[in-house]
Amino acid sequence: MQHVSSLREPLVTGGKTLHDVTQDICYQVEAKPNLRWMAALSVALFFLGVFFYSVYRTVWYGIGEWGLNKTVNWAWDITNFVWWVGIGHAGTLISAVLLLFRQKWRSSINRAAEAMTIFAVICAAMFPVLHMGRPWLAFWVFPLQNTFGSLWANFNSPLLWDVFAISTYFTVSLVFWYIGLIPDFASIRDRAKGPIARFSYSMLSFGWKGSAKAWSRYETVSLILAGVSTPLVLSVHTIVSMDFATSVVPGWHTTIFPPYFVAGAIFSGFAMVLTLMLITRVVFRLEDYITLEHIALMNKIMMVTGSIVGVAYITEFFIAWYSQVEFEGYAFINRATGPYWWAYWSMMTCNVITPQLVWLRRVRYSIGLTFVLSIIVNIGMWFERFVIIVTSLHRDYLPSSWAMFSPSIIDIGLYLGTLGLFFTLFLLFAKFFPVINMAEVKTILKYTGDNGPTYNPKAHAAHAHHPATHGAPASAPVTHNQHD
Amino acid sequence: MTKQYALGIFDDEDVLLHAVENVRAAGVKIYDVFSPYPVHGIDDALGIERSRLPIAAFFFGLTGLSFALWMQIYMLGVDWPMIIGGKPHISLPAFVPVAFELTVFFTCHGMALTFFTITGLYPRFKVPVMDVRATDDKFVMAIELDETGSQYSRLTQLLRDNGASEVNQKEMTNN
Repeated sequence: MQHVSSLREPLVTGGKTLHDVTQDICYQVEAKPNLRWMAALSVALFFLGVFFYSVYRTVWYGIGEWGLNKTVNWAWDITNFVWWVGIGHAGTLISAVLLLFRQKWRSSINRAAEAMTIFAVICAAMFPVLHMGRPWLAFWVFPLQNTFGSLWANFNSPLLWDVFAISTYFTVSLVFWYIGLIPDFASIRDRAKGPIARFSYSMLSFGWKGSAKAWSRYETVSLILAGVSTPLVLSVHTIVSMDFATSVVPGWHTTIFPPYFVAGAIFSGFAMVLTLMLITRVVFRLEDYITLEHIALMNKIMMVTGSIVGVAYITEFFIAWYSQVEFEGYAFINRATGPYWWAYWSMMTCNVITPQLVWLRRVRYSIGLTFVLSIIVNIGMWFERFVIIVTSLHRDYLPSSWAMFSPSIIDIGLYLGTLGLFFTLFLLFAKFFPVINMAEVKTILKYTGDNGPTYNPKAHAAHAHHPATHGAPASAPVTHNQHD
Repeated sequence: MTKQYALGIFDDEDVLLHAVENVRAAGVKIYDVFSPYPVHGIDDALGIERSRLPIAAFFFGLTGLSFALWMQIYMLGVDWPMIIGGKPHISLPAFVPVAFELTVFFTCHGMALTFFTITGLYPRFKVPVMDVRATDDKFVMAIELDETGSQYSRLTQLLRDNGASEVNQKEMTNN
């Protein structure tokens, strides 16, 4: 039993019962795919084709197909890698950190956000593997003795740390997500009519029956997975940032990078969650589960992390001057006023200025504006990585080797292609898997739904005048010895 | 071998919780309770002991940490020492990230596998359930009957008195 203040906005609206939750969320799994879904999938599949073509060109002809040159030897590949990994972080933040903080509103969005994490990491992983040039030798990153001698991998290299961080992150997220899916697969299985559906969801549900002991262990496992995923998600982008920070390139060699990258990752991740959720809630008619309140809360997180990122940009600039290191100073002046000024100022506008609009309640609760804002932030965060990588490299210590970078058609194809890959996976997930964690929403339904015993809209309205005169209705079976 | 069960179907978690307490107080042994979501407080009511999974998790983590440290120290410090950036062969600070990641890796996967094993979760072709509504919106209390099924009427009364919306008898093949 739980106690929830009667002043809280309900997390699930529409007076849903437990059965309604099952009905609403299983609906799109059981229904025939609708036209909008098919149309979206065909667009995604087209871009998936672009991806395969670009991969073929890259692998067959080598990375000379990309726009890289001797000076700028990391550009779109690593930009896209960092961008995708960053996007993934919001999913883990929602599923793990908000679980530890007992933020019940996460229940409606954690499933899709975790799916987003997994698909984003898959997209991210494409780039480091492809930029090796000979991806069939990718297993060399693992600590296996090589066939030519007894050399092992170099554990002093942040690039190797990255291999461990990303693989751990991917597999842990996958397991966490799947364990959460098991009870919901069981719900679908027990409703399934056709033999194929019953067979598939029986297999997927791992024989889950919902017995008390299984639930007890399930909760223990979720809590511990959340506990280990929390430092894990922070470590992943920390290590990604160390790919840059441990080098001696001016503009990369800064101690501020780990927290700055983690904040940026959560920032861009929440933007992507918002983009996806705003579409999903409309397409699958889940407005009662993903309410305006959810959107406003995600907006707030986006604004906070966006502001942290803004402070980091300013700090970087200040330190470049304060350190009095000539090269560091030049790297930053060049960023803001050099040939890539437009990338820098796009980043500043998209990431620092526009999210501040969220201070306005009207913007926070507006679906249209939030959608636009989330896209702008995603663009801004892509530019952030581009600015960090390309502007730091393109003018090195030797002015005769200064160069500019322009992407080739294959670079662009790979980027758009991973978007296709991501949306293909997400659309398949949204059709065949429950997009909302039914079991978890049911847990909170009784006490935080708007038909629950504790929510009192009248008390809510009267709050401003008589804060002490109301509480839960006397008949409500609410106990206060609640430990969770 | 088949077994008979009396199934009390409940509509509300709080009613179920009180019913569990009362049924146990009446000296009836509850076989299991099936619910669509975790009911808080049911562990105590059913007398389920606290899971020892966290202890297992700790030891999995410890294994991961030890393995990672051993691996890095052995590979770069003992088997093929190399000077990298003028640093000592065994430069522990540089080994921290991989050690941390493998700790998490072992904890997570070790615990997930343990959870699947002890709970008996693995892909199956067919899943026989007591009542299909237990994964939807009903809370199902199952009580095992003896071969004659003679206590069924007494249990029906007991469950009804404690708020069960319906009581059914179900035969399950032992699995």
